[in-house]
Amino acid sequence: MPRITVKVDDITYEEDVEPRTLLVHFLRDRLGKTGTPIGCDTSNCGSCTVLMDGRSVKSCSVLAVQADESEIVTIEGLASDGNWHPMQRAFHEEHALQCGYCTPGMILAAIDLLNDDPDPSDEAIRQGLEGNLCRCTGYCNIVRAVRRGAEEMGVTSR
Amino acid sequence: MIPASFDYSRPSSLEEALAVLGDAGEEAKVLAGGQSLLPLLRLRLAYPTTLIDIGRVAELRGIADHGDHVFIGAMTTHHEVVRSPVVNEHCPLVALATATVADRAVRHRGTFGGSLAHADPAGDLPSVALALDMDLVVRSSSGERVIPAADFFVDYLEPALEPGEILVGARVPKLGPGWGFHYEKFHRTAQAWATVGVAAAVRRSNGTVAEARIALTNMGPTPIRAVAVEAAVRGAAADRNGALREAAEQAAEGTDPPGDLHARPDYRAHLSRVLTHRALLAACAV
Repeated sequence: MPRITVKVDDITYEEDVEPRTLLVHFLRDRLGKTGTPIGCDTSNCGSCTVLMDGRSVKSCSVLAVQADESEIVTIEGLASDGNWHPMQRAFHEEHALQCGYCTPGMILAAIDLLNDDPDPSDEAIRQGLEGNLCRCTGYCNIVRAVRRGAEEMGVTSR
Repeated sequence: MIPASFDYSRPSSLEEALAVLGDAGEEAKVLAGGQSLLPLLRLRLAYPTTLIDIGRVAELRGIADHGDHVFIGAMTTHHEVVRSPVVNEHCPLVALATATVADRAVRHRGTFGGSLAHADPAGDLPSVALALDMDLVVRSSSGERVIPAADFFVDYLEPALEPGEILVGARVPKLGPGWGFHYEKFHRTAQAWATVGVAAAVRRSNGTVAEARIALTNMGPTPIRAVAVEAAVRGAAADRNGALREAAEQAAEGTDPPGDLHARPDYRAHLSRVLTHRALLAACAV
Protein backbone atom coordinates (compact mmCIF):
# COMPACT_ATOMS: atom_id res chain seq x y z
CA MET A 1 0.00 0.00 0.00
CA PRO A 2 1.52 3.36 -0.93
CA ARG A 3 2.60 5.64 1.88
CA ILE A 4 1.92 9.34 1.47
CA THR A 5 3.15 12.40 3.28
CA VAL A 6 0.73 15.26 3.15
CA LYS A 7 0.39 18.47 5.11
CA VAL A 8 -3.20 19.25 5.98
CA ASP A 9 -4.11 22.47 7.76
CA ASP A 10 -0.52 22.88 8.94
CA ILE A 11 -0.09 19.38 10.33
CA THR A 12 2.00 16.82 8.46
CA TYR A 13 0.60 13.30 8.23
CA GLU A 14 2.25 10.12 7.02
CA GLU A 15 -0.34 7.54 6.11
CA ASP A 16 -0.68 4.31 4.17
CA VAL A 17 -3.51 4.61 1.67
CA GLU A 18 -5.16 2.35 -0.83
CA PRO A 19 -4.57 3.83 -4.30
CA ARG A 20 -8.31 4.11 -4.90
CA THR A 21 -8.85 6.31 -1.84
CA LEU A 22 -10.18 9.70 -2.88
CA LEU A 23 -8.68 12.75 -1.23
CA VAL A 24 -12.06 13.70 0.23
CA HIS A 25 -12.41 10.29 1.88
CA PHE A 26 -8.86 10.51 3.20
CA LEU A 27 -9.60 13.92 4.73
CA ARG A 28 -12.90 12.92 6.25
CA ASP A 29 -12.52 9.28 7.19
CA ARG A 30 -8.82 9.04 7.98
CA LEU A 31 -8.07 12.48 9.38
CA GLY A 32 -11.53 13.28 10.71
CA LYS A 33 -11.65 16.54 8.77
CA THR A 34 -15.41 16.43 8.26
CA GLY A 35 -15.53 20.16 7.58
CA THR A 36 -15.13 19.16 3.94
CA PRO A 37 -18.50 17.75 2.88
CA ILE A 38 -19.28 15.39 0.04
CA GLY A 39 -22.05 16.86 -2.06
CA CYS A 40 -22.67 15.31 -5.45
CA ASP A 41 -19.73 12.91 -5.66
CA THR A 42 -19.70 13.53 -9.42
CA SER A 43 -17.39 16.61 -9.54
CA ASN A 44 -20.28 18.94 -10.28
CA CYS A 45 -21.14 20.70 -7.05
CA GLY A 46 -17.83 21.91 -5.64
CA SER A 47 -18.77 21.44 -1.98
CA CYS A 48 -15.66 19.29 -1.41
CA THR A 49 -13.35 22.04 -2.74
CA VAL A 50 -10.05 22.37 -0.87
CA LEU A 51 -6.81 24.16 -1.68
CA MET A 52 -4.01 21.92 -2.90
CA ASP A 53 -0.68 23.73 -3.04
CA GLY A 54 -2.64 26.98 -3.04
CA ARG A 55 -5.06 26.10 -5.85
CA SER A 56 -8.70 25.05 -5.59
CA VAL A 57 -9.40 21.41 -6.42
CA LYS A 58 -12.44 19.21 -6.06
CA SER A 59 -11.24 16.66 -3.52
CA CYS A 60 -13.65 14.03 -4.86
CA SER A 61 -11.70 14.17 -8.13
CA VAL A 62 -8.22 13.76 -6.71
CA LEU A 63 -6.74 10.53 -5.40
CA ALA A 64 -5.08 10.72 -2.01
CA VAL A 65 -1.93 9.29 -3.62
CA GLN A 66 -1.92 12.23 -6.04
CA ALA A 67 -1.78 14.55 -3.04
CA ASP A 68 1.45 12.97 -1.81
CA GLU A 69 4.00 15.67 -0.86
CA SER A 70 1.43 18.42 -1.24
CA GLU A 71 -0.11 20.91 1.14
CA ILE A 72 -3.87 20.90 1.64
CA VAL A 73 -5.95 23.63 3.24
CA THR A 74 -9.51 22.79 4.25
CA ILE A 75 -12.15 25.03 5.77
CA GLU A 76 -10.88 23.85 9.16
CA GLY A 77 -7.48 25.39 8.55
CA LEU A 78 -8.56 28.93 7.68
CA ALA A 79 -9.03 30.47 11.11
CA SER A 80 -5.92 31.51 12.99
CA ASP A 81 -5.63 32.09 16.73
CA GLY A 82 -9.37 31.64 17.05
CA ASN A 83 -10.09 34.39 14.53
CA TRP A 84 -12.06 33.60 11.43
CA HIS A 85 -10.56 34.24 8.04
CA PRO A 86 -11.95 37.50 6.56
CA MET A 87 -13.82 35.47 3.93
CA GLN A 88 -15.49 33.34 6.62
CA ARG A 89 -16.52 36.52 8.44
CA ALA A 90 -17.85 38.06 5.25
CA PHE A 91 -20.01 34.98 4.52
CA HIS A 92 -21.40 35.20 8.05
CA GLU A 93 -22.07 38.92 7.97
CA GLU A 94 -23.63 38.96 4.50
CA HIS A 95 -25.88 35.96 5.22
CA ALA A 96 -24.24 34.10 2.36
CA LEU A 97 -25.51 30.74 3.53
CA GLN A 98 -28.67 29.04 4.59
CA CYS A 99 -28.09 25.31 5.03
CA GLY A 100 -24.31 25.78 4.87
CA TYR A 101 -23.56 22.65 2.90
CA CYS A 102 -21.84 24.43 0.00
CA THR A 103 -20.16 27.02 2.25
CA PRO A 104 -16.76 25.38 2.85
CA GLY A 105 -16.27 24.89 -0.88
CA MET A 106 -17.60 28.35 -1.70
CA ILE A 107 -15.22 30.02 0.75
CA LEU A 108 -12.17 28.11 -0.49
CA ALA A 109 -13.11 28.70 -4.13
CA ALA A 110 -13.55 32.41 -3.36
CA ILE A 111 -10.13 32.63 -1.71
CA ASP A 112 -8.61 30.88 -4.73
CA LEU A 113 -10.33 33.33 -7.08
CA LEU A 114 -8.90 36.29 -5.17
CA ASN A 115 -5.39 34.89 -5.58
CA ASP A 116 -5.73 35.63 -9.29
CA ASP A 117 -8.05 38.64 -9.10
CA PRO A 118 -7.89 40.48 -5.77
CA ASP A 119 -10.63 42.95 -6.75
CA PRO A 120 -13.13 41.00 -8.86
CA SER A 121 -16.27 42.44 -10.42
CA ASP A 122 -19.62 40.82 -9.64
CA GLU A 123 -19.43 39.16 -13.05
CA ALA A 124 -15.93 37.82 -12.35
CA ILE A 125 -17.13 36.44 -9.00
CA ARG A 126 -20.06 34.67 -10.66
CA GLN A 127 -17.74 33.24 -13.33
CA GLY A 128 -15.10 32.34 -10.79
CA LEU A 129 -17.57 30.39 -8.65
CA GLU A 130 -19.24 28.58 -11.55
CA GLY A 131 -17.98 25.26 -10.24
CA ASN A 132 -19.71 25.67 -6.88
CA LEU A 133 -23.43 25.13 -6.58
CA CYS A 134 -25.68 26.56 -3.87
CA ARG A 135 -29.29 25.38 -3.81
CA CYS A 136 -30.50 27.81 -1.11
CA THR A 137 -29.37 31.37 -1.51
CA GLY A 138 -29.75 32.32 -5.14
CA TYR A 139 -26.10 33.46 -5.00
CA CYS A 140 -26.74 37.20 -4.52
CA ASN A 141 -25.54 37.21 -0.94
CA ILE A 142 -22.62 34.97 -1.85
CA VAL A 143 -21.45 37.48 -4.45
CA ARG A 144 -21.83 40.27 -1.90
CA ALA A 145 -19.87 38.27 0.65
CA VAL A 146 -17.01 37.59 -1.75
CA ARG A 147 -16.82 41.29 -2.58
CA ARG A 148 -16.76 42.16 1.10
CA GLY A 149 -14.22 39.44 1.81
CA ALA A 150 -12.05 40.82 -1.01
CA GLU A 151 -12.21 44.30 0.48
CA GLU A 152 -11.29 43.07 3.93
CA MET A 153 -8.51 40.83 2.65
CA GLY A 154 -7.16 43.83 0.73
CA VAL A 155 -7.16 45.87 3.94
CA THR A 156 -5.49 43.03 5.85
CA SER A 157 -2.72 42.64 3.29
CA ARG A 158 -2.07 46.38 3.24
CA MET B 1 -18.58 6.37 -4.47
CA ILE B 2 -15.35 4.44 -4.34
CA PRO B 3 -13.55 3.17 -7.43
CA ALA B 4 -12.77 -0.51 -7.87
CA SER B 5 -9.26 -1.52 -6.78
CA PHE B 6 -6.33 -0.92 -9.06
CA ASP B 7 -2.56 -0.98 -8.84
CA TYR B 8 -0.89 2.40 -8.87
CA SER B 9 2.38 3.46 -10.37
CA ARG B 10 3.90 6.93 -10.37
CA PRO B 11 6.86 7.10 -12.72
CA SER B 12 9.07 10.16 -12.55
CA SER B 13 10.25 10.19 -16.16
CA LEU B 14 8.69 9.54 -19.55
CA GLU B 15 11.09 6.66 -20.15
CA GLU B 16 10.00 5.01 -16.91
CA ALA B 17 6.32 5.66 -17.72
CA LEU B 18 6.67 4.00 -21.11
CA ALA B 19 8.39 1.00 -19.56
CA VAL B 20 5.66 0.62 -16.93
CA LEU B 21 2.95 1.03 -19.57
CA GLY B 22 4.61 -1.57 -21.77
CA ASP B 23 4.68 -4.08 -18.91
CA ALA B 24 1.24 -3.34 -17.51
CA GLY B 25 -0.86 -4.80 -20.29
CA GLU B 26 -3.84 -3.47 -22.18
CA GLU B 27 -6.04 -2.96 -19.13
CA ALA B 28 -3.73 -0.29 -17.73
CA LYS B 29 -4.75 3.36 -18.00
CA VAL B 30 -2.62 6.47 -18.01
CA LEU B 31 -3.75 8.98 -15.39
CA ALA B 32 -3.15 12.61 -16.40
CA GLY B 33 -5.09 15.21 -14.39
CA GLY B 34 -7.87 12.74 -13.70
CA GLN B 35 -10.75 15.15 -14.19
CA SER B 36 -12.44 12.87 -16.72
CA LEU B 37 -10.97 9.52 -15.66
CA LEU B 38 -11.61 9.71 -11.92
CA PRO B 39 -15.35 10.39 -12.33
CA LEU B 40 -15.50 7.37 -14.66
CA LEU B 41 -13.70 5.23 -12.07
CA ARG B 42 -16.01 6.42 -9.29
CA LEU B 43 -19.05 5.52 -11.35
CA ARG B 44 -17.35 2.21 -12.13
CA LEU B 45 -17.69 2.81 -15.83
CA ALA B 46 -13.99 1.93 -16.19
CA TYR B 47 -12.02 -0.87 -14.52
CA PRO B 48 -8.32 -0.43 -15.23
CA THR B 49 -6.02 -2.94 -13.57
CA THR B 50 -3.28 -0.36 -13.18
CA LEU B 51 -3.23 3.43 -13.15
CA ILE B 52 -0.01 4.98 -14.35
CA ASP B 53 0.07 8.46 -12.89
CA ILE B 54 2.16 10.72 -15.13
CA GLY B 55 1.47 13.74 -12.91
CA ARG B 56 5.09 13.95 -11.79
CA VAL B 57 6.69 13.57 -15.21
CA ALA B 58 8.09 17.08 -15.44
CA GLU B 59 9.22 16.76 -19.06
CA LEU B 60 5.59 16.45 -20.19
CA ARG B 61 4.70 19.84 -18.77
CA GLY B 62 5.25 23.25 -20.28
CA ILE B 63 4.78 25.47 -23.30
CA ALA B 64 7.52 26.32 -25.78
CA ASP B 65 7.68 28.70 -28.73
CA HIS B 66 9.32 26.94 -31.68
CA GLY B 67 9.09 29.68 -34.28
CA ASP B 68 6.45 28.39 -36.68
CA HIS B 69 4.55 26.51 -34.00
CA VAL B 70 3.96 26.36 -30.27
CA PHE B 71 4.51 23.07 -28.46
CA ILE B 72 2.14 22.44 -25.57
CA GLY B 73 3.19 19.56 -23.32
CA ALA B 74 0.48 17.04 -22.56
CA MET B 75 0.60 17.54 -18.78
CA THR B 76 0.28 21.33 -18.96
CA THR B 77 -2.84 22.16 -16.98
CA HIS B 78 -5.75 24.06 -18.50
CA HIS B 79 -5.04 26.81 -15.98
CA GLU B 80 -1.47 27.13 -17.23
CA VAL B 81 -2.62 27.17 -20.86
CA VAL B 82 -5.17 29.93 -20.20
CA ARG B 83 -2.54 32.09 -18.48
CA SER B 84 0.30 31.47 -20.95
CA PRO B 85 1.39 34.63 -22.79
CA VAL B 86 2.76 32.46 -25.64
CA VAL B 87 -0.55 30.65 -26.11
CA ASN B 88 -2.56 33.87 -25.89
CA GLU B 89 -0.35 35.60 -28.43
CA HIS B 90 0.15 32.82 -30.96
CA CYS B 91 -2.74 30.37 -30.49
CA PRO B 92 -5.56 32.46 -29.03
CA LEU B 93 -8.20 29.92 -30.06
CA VAL B 94 -6.63 27.40 -27.67
CA ALA B 95 -6.77 29.92 -24.82
CA LEU B 96 -10.35 30.96 -25.64
CA ALA B 97 -11.66 27.40 -25.68
CA THR B 98 -9.64 26.23 -22.69
CA ALA B 99 -11.05 29.07 -20.59
CA THR B 100 -14.51 27.53 -21.11
CA VAL B 101 -13.52 24.04 -19.93
CA ALA B 102 -15.56 23.12 -16.82
CA ASP B 103 -14.61 25.42 -13.93
CA ARG B 104 -11.53 26.81 -12.18
CA ALA B 105 -11.00 23.86 -9.85
CA VAL B 106 -11.19 21.40 -12.73
CA ARG B 107 -8.88 23.58 -14.85
CA HIS B 108 -6.29 23.50 -12.05
CA ARG B 109 -6.04 19.71 -12.35
CA GLY B 110 -7.23 18.91 -15.86
CA THR B 111 -4.60 18.81 -18.58
CA PHE B 112 -4.31 19.76 -22.23
CA GLY B 113 -3.11 16.30 -23.27
CA GLY B 114 -5.56 14.48 -21.05
CA SER B 115 -8.52 16.11 -22.73
CA LEU B 116 -7.16 15.29 -26.19
CA ALA B 117 -6.32 11.68 -25.33
CA HIS B 118 -9.74 11.23 -23.70
CA ALA B 119 -11.18 11.99 -27.17
CA ASP B 120 -14.59 13.01 -25.88
CA PRO B 121 -16.45 14.64 -28.78
CA ALA B 122 -18.19 16.85 -26.18
CA GLY B 123 -14.79 18.09 -24.94
CA ASP B 124 -13.72 21.52 -26.13
CA LEU B 125 -10.12 20.86 -27.11
CA PRO B 126 -10.55 18.07 -29.67
CA SER B 127 -12.45 20.37 -32.05
CA VAL B 128 -9.86 23.10 -31.51
CA ALA B 129 -7.09 20.62 -32.35
CA LEU B 130 -8.96 19.75 -35.52
CA ALA B 131 -9.67 23.35 -36.54
CA LEU B 132 -6.03 24.33 -36.08
CA ASP B 133 -4.62 21.17 -37.71
CA MET B 134 -2.47 20.44 -34.69
CA ASP B 135 0.09 17.65 -34.91
CA LEU B 136 -0.13 15.33 -31.92
CA VAL B 137 3.15 13.84 -30.78
CA VAL B 138 3.06 10.39 -29.20
CA ARG B 139 5.85 8.25 -27.77
CA SER B 140 6.27 4.57 -27.11
CA SER B 141 9.31 2.57 -26.08
CA SER B 142 10.02 2.07 -29.79
CA GLY B 143 10.09 5.78 -30.62
CA GLU B 144 8.05 8.81 -31.56
CA ARG B 145 5.34 9.33 -34.11
CA VAL B 146 3.30 12.33 -35.12
CA ILE B 147 -0.43 12.03 -35.75
CA PRO B 148 -2.29 14.85 -37.48
CA ALA B 149 -5.40 15.88 -35.53
CA ALA B 150 -7.50 14.83 -38.52
CA ASP B 151 -6.41 11.21 -37.91
CA PHE B 152 -6.29 11.25 -34.11
CA PHE B 153 -9.97 11.10 -33.17
CA VAL B 154 -11.03 7.66 -34.36
CA ASP B 155 -14.35 7.19 -32.58
CA TYR B 156 -16.20 8.05 -29.38
CA LEU B 157 -13.58 8.18 -26.57
CA GLU B 158 -11.18 6.42 -28.91
CA PRO B 159 -7.95 8.17 -29.88
CA ALA B 160 -5.48 6.74 -32.38
CA LEU B 161 -3.12 5.72 -29.57
CA GLU B 162 -1.73 2.21 -29.78
CA PRO B 163 -1.13 0.14 -26.64
CA GLY B 164 2.11 1.33 -25.09
CA GLU B 165 1.82 4.86 -26.48
CA ILE B 166 1.54 8.07 -24.49
CA LEU B 167 0.55 11.45 -25.91
CA VAL B 168 3.41 13.80 -25.05
CA GLY B 169 2.05 17.02 -26.49
CA ALA B 170 0.88 18.88 -29.55
CA ARG B 171 2.47 21.17 -32.10
CA VAL B 172 0.07 24.03 -32.60
CA PRO B 173 0.75 25.88 -35.87
CA LYS B 174 0.95 29.63 -35.53
CA LEU B 175 -1.47 31.31 -37.87
CA GLY B 176 -0.14 34.62 -39.05
CA PRO B 177 -1.66 38.09 -39.06
CA GLY B 178 -5.08 38.47 -40.62
CA TRP B 179 -6.57 35.53 -38.73
CA GLY B 180 -9.39 35.93 -36.24
CA PHE B 181 -10.61 33.31 -33.80
CA HIS B 182 -13.60 32.38 -31.74
CA TYR B 183 -14.92 29.47 -29.71
CA GLU B 184 -18.70 29.54 -29.39
CA LYS B 185 -20.22 27.11 -26.92
CA PHE B 186 -23.77 26.43 -25.88
CA HIS B 187 -24.21 24.54 -22.66
CA ARG B 188 -27.04 23.89 -20.29
CA THR B 189 -25.32 25.14 -17.14
CA ALA B 190 -22.15 27.10 -16.51
CA GLN B 191 -19.77 24.18 -16.07
CA ALA B 192 -21.50 21.55 -18.20
CA TRP B 193 -20.11 19.98 -21.34
CA ALA B 194 -20.92 21.66 -24.61
CA THR B 195 -24.33 20.75 -26.00
CA VAL B 196 -22.71 21.98 -29.21
CA GLY B 197 -19.55 24.01 -29.68
CA VAL B 198 -17.91 25.68 -32.68
CA ALA B 199 -14.20 26.41 -33.03
CA ALA B 200 -13.55 28.95 -35.79
CA ALA B 201 -10.41 30.41 -37.33
CA VAL B 202 -11.01 32.89 -40.14
CA ARG B 203 -8.55 34.79 -42.35
CA ARG B 204 -9.91 38.00 -43.79
CA SER B 205 -8.64 39.88 -46.77
CA ASN B 206 -10.10 43.11 -48.18
CA GLY B 207 -13.35 42.69 -46.27
CA THR B 208 -14.02 39.14 -47.40
CA VAL B 209 -13.30 35.74 -45.93
CA ALA B 210 -10.21 34.35 -47.64
CA GLU B 211 -10.06 31.11 -45.67
CA ALA B 212 -11.89 29.55 -42.74
CA ARG B 213 -11.31 26.53 -40.56
CA ILE B 214 -14.30 25.44 -38.56
CA ALA B 215 -14.69 22.40 -36.33
CA LEU B 216 -17.70 21.27 -34.36
CA THR B 217 -17.90 19.95 -30.80
CA ASN B 218 -20.44 17.24 -29.94
CA MET B 219 -21.95 16.87 -33.41
CA GLY B 220 -20.98 13.21 -33.81
CA PRO B 221 -18.86 10.47 -32.25
CA THR B 222 -15.73 12.52 -32.99
CA PRO B 223 -15.10 16.23 -33.48
CA ILE B 224 -15.77 17.10 -37.10
CA ARG B 225 -14.69 19.80 -39.56
CA ALA B 226 -17.59 21.75 -41.05
CA VAL B 227 -16.16 21.40 -44.56
CA ALA B 228 -19.35 22.57 -46.29
CA VAL B 229 -19.25 25.84 -44.34
CA GLU B 230 -15.53 26.25 -45.02
CA ALA B 231 -16.23 25.99 -48.76
CA ALA B 232 -19.35 28.15 -48.70
CA VAL B 233 -17.81 30.96 -46.70
CA ARG B 234 -14.76 31.40 -48.95
CA GLY B 235 -15.09 34.79 -50.61
CA ALA B 236 -18.10 35.79 -48.49
CA ALA B 237 -18.36 39.38 -47.33
CA ALA B 238 -17.08 39.54 -43.75
CA ASP B 239 -19.92 41.71 -42.49
CA ARG B 240 -23.39 41.43 -40.99
CA ASN B 241 -25.25 41.57 -44.30
CA GLY B 242 -26.15 37.90 -44.47
CA ALA B 243 -23.36 36.09 -46.34
CA LEU B 244 -21.93 34.59 -43.16
CA ARG B 245 -25.39 33.49 -42.04
CA GLU B 246 -25.96 31.83 -45.39
CA ALA B 247 -22.67 29.94 -45.20
CA ALA B 248 -23.41 28.86 -41.63
CA GLU B 249 -26.61 27.19 -42.84
CA GLN B 250 -24.36 24.34 -44.06
CA ALA B 251 -23.00 23.60 -40.57
CA ALA B 252 -24.87 20.34 -39.94
CA GLU B 253 -23.94 18.86 -43.35
CA GLY B 254 -22.26 15.51 -42.92
CA THR B 255 -22.65 15.45 -39.12
CA ASP B 256 -24.21 12.74 -36.99
CA PRO B 257 -25.30 14.56 -33.83
CA PRO B 258 -26.20 12.47 -30.78
CA GLY B 259 -29.55 12.66 -29.02
CA ASP B 260 -29.67 12.66 -25.24
CA LEU B 261 -31.62 14.09 -22.31
CA HIS B 262 -30.52 17.62 -23.12
CA ALA B 263 -30.87 17.85 -26.88
CA ARG B 264 -32.30 15.88 -29.78
CA PRO B 265 -30.21 15.47 -32.93
CA ASP B 266 -32.32 17.99 -34.89
CA TYR B 267 -31.93 20.55 -32.12
CA ARG B 268 -28.17 20.04 -32.16
CA ALA B 269 -28.22 20.52 -35.93
CA HIS B 270 -30.10 23.80 -35.43
CA LEU B 271 -27.64 24.87 -32.75
CA SER B 272 -24.69 24.11 -35.01
CA ARG B 273 -26.04 26.55 -37.62
CA VAL B 274 -26.78 29.32 -35.13
CA LEU B 275 -23.51 28.92 -33.26
CA THR B 276 -21.44 28.70 -36.45
CA HIS B 277 -22.95 31.99 -37.56
CA ARG B 278 -22.08 33.58 -34.22
CA ALA B 279 -18.57 32.11 -34.32
CA LEU B 280 -18.00 33.47 -37.83
CA LEU B 281 -19.19 36.94 -36.83
CA ALA B 282 -16.96 36.97 -33.79
CA ALA B 283 -13.93 35.57 -35.63
CA CYS B 284 -14.41 38.25 -38.30
CA ALA B 285 -14.83 40.85 -35.52
CA VAL B 286 -17.99 42.24 -37.09
